[in-house]
Amino acid sequence: MNLFDYLRPASVSDAIAAWQPGAAYLGGGTNLVDLMKTGALQPGKVIDIARLPGLDRIESLPDGGTRIGALVKNSVLAGDPDFAAAFPMIAEALASGASGQLRNAATLGGNLMQRTRCVYFQDPHSACNRRESGNGCGALGGDTQNHAVLGWNDACIATNPSDLCVPLAALDAVVETQGPNGRRDIAFADFHRLPGDTPERETALEPGELILAVRLSSNAAASYQNSRYLKLRERTSFAFALVSAAAALQLKDGRITEARLAIGGVAAKPWRVPAAEALMLGQPPDTDLFRRAAAVALEDATPSGNNGYKIDLARRIAARSLALAAAGTPTRMPALPASVFGESAHV
Amino acid sequence: MSDILALAPRFGSNSGQSLTRRDGVAKVTGTATFAADNHPDGLLYAVYVPATIARGTVTHLDVAAAKAHPGVVEVITPENRPPLAGDPDSKPFMFAFRFEALQNNTVRYANQPIALVLAETFEAATEGARLLNPLYDAQQPRMGLDGDAPFTPESGGLGLPGTTVHGDIDAGHAASAQDIDVTYETPEQYHNAMETHAVVAQWNGDHVTLDIPSQAIVMQRGAFGYYFGIPPENVTIRSPYLGGGFGSKAIINGPQILAILAARMTGRPVKLMLSRDQMFGPSGHRGATRQRLRIGIDTDHRMTVLDHNSLATTSTFDTFVESAANASQGLYAAGALRSAHQGVRIDAGTPGPVRAPGEAPGSAALECAMDEMAYKAGIDPLEFRLKNYAETEPGTGKPYSSKALRDCYAQGAARFGWAGRPLAPRQMTDENGMLVGWGMGTALFAAPMFAAQARAVLRPDGTGLVETAASDMGQGAWTALAQIAADSLGLPMDRIEFRSGTSDLPDAGIAGGSAHTATAGGALHAAGTDAIRRLAELATGDPDSPLYGAGNAGVIARDGRLHARDDDTRSESFADIITRAGGAEVEGKGSASRTAEASAAHAMYSHGAVFAEVKVDPDLFQIRVTRLVGAFAAGRIINPKLTESQLMGGMIWGISFALHEEARFDQRTGRIMNADLAGYHIPVNADVSGLEVITVHEDDPHVNPLGIKGVGEIGITGTVGAIGNAIWHATGTRVRHFPIRIPDLLTGA
Amino acid sequence: MSKKMQITLTVNGETQELLAEPRELLIYVLRERLNITGPHVGCETSHCGACTVTMDGKSVKSCTVFAAQANGAEITTIEGIGSPDSLHVLQNAFREHHGLQCGFCTPGMITRATKLLEDNPNPTEEDVRFGMAGNLCRCTGYQNIVKSVLAAATELSAAKEAAE
Repeated sequence: MNLFDYLRPASVSDAIAAWQPGAAYLGGGTNLVDLMKTGALQPGKVIDIARLPGLDRIESLPDGGTRIGALVKNSVLAGDPDFAAAFPMIAEALASGASGQLRNAATLGGNLMQRTRCVYFQDPHSACNRRESGNGCGALGGDTQNHAVLGWNDACIATNPSDLCVPLAALDAVVETQGPNGRRDIAFADFHRLPGDTPERETALEPGELILAVRLSSNAAASYQNSRYLKLRERTSFAFALVSAAAALQLKDGRITEARLAIGGVAAKPWRVPAAEALMLGQPPDTDLFRRAAAVALEDATPSGNNGYKIDLARRIAARSLALAAAGTPTRMPALPASVFGESAHV
Repeated sequence: MSDILALAPRFGSNSGQSLTRRDGVAKVTGTATFAADNHPDGLLYAVYVPATIARGTVTHLDVAAAKAHPGVVEVITPENRPPLAGDPDSKPFMFAFRFEALQNNTVRYANQPIALVLAETFEAATEGARLLNPLYDAQQPRMGLDGDAPFTPESGGLGLPGTTVHGDIDAGHAASAQDIDVTYETPEQYHNAMETHAVVAQWNGDHVTLDIPSQAIVMQRGAFGYYFGIPPENVTIRSPYLGGGFGSKAIINGPQILAILAARMTGRPVKLMLSRDQMFGPSGHRGATRQRLRIGIDTDHRMTVLDHNSLATTSTFDTFVESAANASQGLYAAGALRSAHQGVRIDAGTPGPVRAPGEAPGSAALECAMDEMAYKAGIDPLEFRLKNYAETEPGTGKPYSSKALRDCYAQGAARFGWAGRPLAPRQMTDENGMLVGWGMGTALFAAPMFAAQARAVLRPDGTGLVETAASDMGQGAWTALAQIAADSLGLPMDRIEFRSGTSDLPDAGIAGGSAHTATAGGALHAAGTDAIRRLAELATGDPDSPLYGAGNAGVIARDGRLHARDDDTRSESFADIITRAGGAEVEGKGSASRTAEASAAHAMYSHGAVFAEVKVDPDLFQIRVTRLVGAFAAGRIINPKLTESQLMGGMIWGISFALHEEARFDQRTGRIMNADLAGYHIPVNADVSGLEVITVHEDDPHVNPLGIKGVGEIGITGTVGAIGNAIWHATGTRVRHFPIRIPDLLTGA
Repeated sequence: MSKKMQITLTVNGETQELLAEPRELLIYVLRERLNITGPHVGCETSHCGACTVTMDGKSVKSCTVFAAQANGAEITTIEGIGSPDSLHVLQNAFREHHGLQCGFCTPGMITRATKLLEDNPNPTEEDVRFGMAGNLCRCTGYQNIVKSVLAAATELSAAKEAAE
């Protein structure tokens, strides 16, 4: 690992003031530290923000919304009973990610900033436009089974690996930030960027800008009785999703009054298609309806390599997550969170 | 009556008991010393630089940049690498593989060492290695099973399986009423012991002490001596605990040699620890296979032919061809039997033995093919196997030394509840709508023996000392071998001292082939018996002994005393006998190996039957193995707890083979793109459930004097096929490659 | 540029002060600087769990923590959980039920399990299997590891009940 300066600023403004090009903010470190070990990232300065005061709270807002500090650990958020009751699919997504030790270290803000798990990005000896603009894409034509089927181009076919971000996208979370130019709110849909012409810019954050919190509205909590996060993976636990889906419904008199659907593992950001959600409004929940909605959600999908299977699989998991949401949120966190095997895994 | 029962008075007190592991306390407290835990004064850290191309030459290394990094002490490249006495490209002995020790600038595979950096700290050495920033003249690598023209390896020796034919293959095909012709593929797999390869090397003049995990302690002492031009006795290997081996730690690799060389060059102790990604290169792996199986049956469902052809990847510079087709020897009573092997040379490291080498991929393909044949014939897969049960070894006609496979089938099937399984696939679902499938496979693993020596000493205080340089990779040698040794001396466990794990002890042979307990245990048994014989001579020849005149054959050793065989009241303690004889320690020596005559007389295998239940989501195809029952017959069981643990471990390797493990090469660069434990999946605890092991009683008077077969590897065999068959039975999709993944089932949907 | 830092760690109850480069990982500080070699390095990418220690009351993988991040923290390793003369209930359960084979993953397993049982004193088999999913055993002794943790949970609960 390269030598670097390490500092632990006392406040958010000190942290931002300390930032300079080539610096990196360090939260739980579960992603950044590994990338520094391989040399994929070589910050000259590491600004440890993990103990900044005031960012580790889960608060109820006067308008009925919820505000989660950027430094709240994944295990703390998933284990908060009030939060899990209001946002069960977020809790389930968090609990289904990584392992217990990593959930203890990983933070909310760090999860949003999680880098792609594209192996060509992680490997400094492979070309990657994300790591370095204009470097080329080593993944194209390579081992692409985990790569994108939506929103990709020849510059970059990577996906966003986060579980958490899928339900956050579905629930229209808002990201509160502070940067050299002050504070602002970023809509979740705008937070992660598709590669476009600037694949090296993965998020809407400006240089030095820091995530302070994520806000969820009271309406986002209104689907708490009918929401579900579901994830397909290559082993029962401790694996990234091949594809995943977060579905939340509001039902009244047997009809869908609000539908939210986000799909993970298919693009550089959680994938939402308004038309797919609109299709379900006013309809009674029904398997066929969910299949049609899922088909619309994947309408634009094209393989970026040996990953065409994801299109079919994403349609299927989207439809299933909607069906499970319609059937009702589980009364307690399944023993195997976000798994189709859920409770029945070891019986 | 078998020989084992004749020996009975010396057994039963320790062997056969589920004794708690003697290394347990050290391991649960973190005080067990693994190689990298050693930290001599003045230590330098070595980090090797892995090639990031698979074929070509290194044209430049930025040595100046590396040396400029604070803490870096030395950079070793082909330019300044001190000479070795032994050529890394020679193959001077069995188990010698060609390796890279900076003998030139050539790159033969990705992750091969191309330089070594030494520094005062691990961090500085790691960064120095990165700063070398190699430049290459790269060539297009040859990759995959079609990467080059197949060749037929010469026959005989490690990794050279050749071709075996019994009977008339053409006639067997011609005589078949029904047949199948199927091809299965298995991927490259890497050992990935939790402890990566490490060495701490310290020279003292022309003597070197190595803390190194070794599956072949005395053999490697000689090998290190050869490469460094010093006699074997000038090499001390300390290997009390191995953090897993699975075959990889029986073989010397280039980075270890370079670290030892660096210690000599700098005059300081050197520690080298491979990083996880570096485990995907210079320390062996299981080659990929493509196996074609043709099975023919007559109208009575008896196999007229079993024709198994395997192609496996090996390297461009050495040959180790996975002996997959040999899995079809020795098991089913086919009229004609052929196992043929070919290799293909690709730009990867040389494969080597990986837990159940040959048998694991071979059994996977064979047991799935058997299932396919049974279904085509319209009979139950277990019934099909019983129909073709071999009473003597197929082809050779040799009697089995013992074979309780029928009992394994019966007990396994009963415990699992196999009866009533529908023949057709996609017939069963559970209460949650999951597809349920049941599959089975036969487990088979040869019961070889290597050669070992041991020493046993009876001390004047009546305690014993036993010694052999065995390796405990986790299987429990510290416990099982001590049990055997204690019994051989007629002493309780707490009255023997068991020394093992260092190279100054008698050669215990290789800890491989599931033969370590049989081989090292056999030597210990012989040594103890020899010591007791000498002790008996002292007693029975001494008029002052109550045993005077009883004769050697007339006494038995039990609980620290010799007793007259025909009169239990006549006895004398070891201490009294030795003290009266002058107090000199009584030393016995023993060895164990199998004679050519014994090998010729019997076919020797461990057997088993594995039954699997899987559940598969009918729409999303997430797969879970929900139940796994394995019944195994493996001769005398020295320690049931250890044995059960080994068998379960093997079966979980079977889950791993069936569903998870696969090294994914970028075909363009020859680099492995999942060379870490994030991408190279092995099961986690949550992937396992409902796993049961049954050990079926078996007396084997022929396999060796102790009647021991092996249990370390057989658990994988049978299991992979059983899971593949269960997935087919659940879904109706026959996937003919491993691992079986969600997209495979989706494609079949 | 990248000055060494004065770092204070409390490891198994003992205060340790040392100068460390910011890039030094906690696992290597423990193993190579402080000679606390119970936690092992199995992957260095936070996947195997062999390096698991307790940091300020939470299980973490010490291969993915800079020593600088741990500055001021309380660290417990396997050495702080029990000793050969005085085994922790979990250590004894792992020994007794053969919850180990090669033993390389064992310190991390047990260290993780101590926190698992603190958080959930009466876990089901599924809870243990899922809760221990971040600790790999290649040998693989998962069955007996689960048995060991469940046995320890029973024993600890009984002891707690008896005390109450």
